[in-house]
Amino acid sequence: MERIYLDHAATSPIHPDVVRVFTELLPELYGNPSSIHDTGRKSRKVLDDARAVFAGSIGAQESEIILTSGGTEADNMAIFGTAANHKKGHIITSAIEHHAVLNACKRLDQQGWDVTFLPVDENGLVRAEDVREALRDDTVLVTIMLGNNEVGTIQPIADIGRLLQDHPAVFHTDAVQAYGVLPIDVNKLGVDLLSVSAHKLNGPKGIGFLYQRKGVKLSPLLFGGEQEKKRRAGTENVPAAAAFAKAVSIAQETMEAKAEEFRRYKDIFREAFRGQGIPFKENGADQLPHVLNISIPGIGIEPFLVNLDLAGISASSGSACTAGSVEPSHVLIAMYGESADEGRNSVRFSFGLGLTEETVTEAAQKAAQIAARLTN
Amino acid sequence: MFYLDNSATTKVRPEVLRTFTEASENFFANPASLHRLGNEAEDLLEEARQLTGRLLGMEHIIFTSGGTEANNLAITGTARELKGRGKHIISSPTEHPSVLNTLAELEKEGFDVTLLPVGADGKVSPEDLRKQLRKDTILVTIMHVNNETGTVQPIAELARILQESRAYFHVDAVQSAGRMPLDFGMKPDLLTVSAHKLHGVKGSGVLAFNRAELRPILHGGGQEGGYRSGTVSVPHAASFAKALRLMIPNPEWGEWNRELRGFFKGYRDVRILSPEDGAPYILCGAVRGIKGEVLISALQEHGVIISTSSACSSKKQQTSHVLEAIGVEDSFIKGVFRISFGGMTSGEDIQAFKKAFHESYRLIKGETAR
Repeated sequence: MERIYLDHAATSPIHPDVVRVFTELLPELYGNPSSIHDTGRKSRKVLDDARAVFAGSIGAQESEIILTSGGTEADNMAIFGTAANHKKGHIITSAIEHHAVLNACKRLDQQGWDVTFLPVDENGLVRAEDVREALRDDTVLVTIMLGNNEVGTIQPIADIGRLLQDHPAVFHTDAVQAYGVLPIDVNKLGVDLLSVSAHKLNGPKGIGFLYQRKGVKLSPLLFGGEQEKKRRAGTENVPAAAAFAKAVSIAQETMEAKAEEFRRYKDIFREAFRGQGIPFKENGADQLPHVLNISIPGIGIEPFLVNLDLAGISASSGSACTAGSVEPSHVLIAMYGESADEGRNSVRFSFGLGLTEETVTEAAQKAAQIAARLTN
Repeated sequence: MFYLDNSATTKVRPEVLRTFTEASENFFANPASLHRLGNEAEDLLEEARQLTGRLLGMEHIIFTSGGTEANNLAITGTARELKGRGKHIISSPTEHPSVLNTLAELEKEGFDVTLLPVGADGKVSPEDLRKQLRKDTILVTIMHVNNETGTVQPIAELARILQESRAYFHVDAVQSAGRMPLDFGMKPDLLTVSAHKLHGVKGSGVLAFNRAELRPILHGGGQEGGYRSGTVSVPHAASFAKALRLMIPNPEWGEWNRELRGFFKGYRDVRILSPEDGAPYILCGAVRGIKGEVLISALQEHGVIISTSSACSSKKQQTSHVLEAIGVEDSFIKGVFRISFGGMTSGEDIQAFKKAFHESYRLIKGETAR
């Protein structure tokens, strides 16, 4: 049975052209870019070219890009790297952040920092006004995600950026789920730090970057060699950087067409569920084009996912990053409350590379039939 | 090209690359996902973990982004977790920067770091370790093989002394795993290995342990037993295990090492800095009165790639901390070069080196062998 993968927000298949960059470059490029000999210099050149692609994709300068091992490291570096410049202080974040942000903030909370976890409304949106109200003189960091990984809401980052303009707090956004799907310009958003991961946009796993606005201070998370201008120690992962850059270029070129395609897939799902007479509700405000999170009254999420899986459909109940847990999602709890049904009857379908209208239609119909069977 | 800089980084092995790309294409799912594709990825990840553990002779494996992260995790992780128990850490002055700079950071946090002295052979003495051990020593971190000189530290003897202590023993085995037996007899508690020194894929390392109390550096989804958050890269893990399995010591390394030592005897101003009993695949030497960079460039004209000292410090203008610690004379210290063999080095590379060195030396020094 050909499996239909609808969990692209958890991780995405690598693009064939990205694999090609890897396989072509890896055997060639074995100079350590910090070495002074020619093979080292060639590696340096490839790395610089990749960095230019990353910078260009978000309207940044090349020197503002720090390569990391992924989104979690970028988020942790943004948060701990900012906190390390202060003895203690206040941090503003939201209740629906990815665990890489949430747990880093909780860690600081345990160490005596004061952390405000802003609530969200029923659509999963943080209000810029709430950020303004929470802001204090000793607020050193505001970290709010751009696109939510579970329900696909897009947060009002540019509004928050504007109101932080006259405040010294550093502004970080986790753009892991939005990058490659939405056009991003760090200046329009008004952010100081922005995290990105390659494996969500058909790039290789184990690489990401942190954008660090020039002049914004950040202490390193990893100590060692002087790579990445002393901001991130460890031999640079040149082949992965080049492969990641390829994935970014493809994503930039195909962004609009894909958004349209994914919106059609959402419609296919909506129609299939309506066709079976299933009274579903969409969680979130239908914003990120590739994420469809629906609540189906009367369904148990575990049997639903198991049955989908048996039918060859890979979907999830939310974030994969809570390491195999089927606990109600913290995002849905923040939206609807601890005891709400949505926390136990919601499924996330997320779209990406390799899908066609045919396969999505097949998946949508099977999913709707299973839902009908389970809710009867 | 004749590549003799394998201690800086290595060329990936085709089989390892194949494992990486196949895993990327066929096991791309998130191993934390609950569906079948996630389970398949998780199975492959656990297979890679078991194989890696077996090959290293260690019980637990944490996959990391490389040697630097593994060393950082072992050291800051242990220190920050145990700071209530003690604040004393013992190491040596010839460790890799990812160890020394991490220790410097911990000193700022109030930890007390003792660096054991090293002899002219670069070795620490077990007796010194015994003397410096305190009740509040929580961690001892000593590398197995030095990346610049090839010095092999007496890990088993150090481990034996530490048996009577509660301190954790971490060994940076980045320069030895796969190239030297790790059968120390007495096992360290924690061990760092990096893939790209083993013809593996870059961006991949492990922190292996038998016993550990670690506070994570990366917080998030709680992957890797909570020790290291972040989506685990299954292709990196699978190709790590493959690279480690395929990396076996080559008996020819020792022969080439002896051959080159003999060869350098023909040059008056060349001194070998690596100890006789060092790792056979690293040979560090120095030419009196010239800059290492000049020699490196001249060799490169002949297609021969070697390096000055370690890649991680070669861009700095200052001289190597390792060579300062072992006490190299001033007239030699700027002329340092390092030759390092790997799993793909052949006799042809050695012959090409000798020829290129002879011509480069004559060009630079304006003289020939005596």
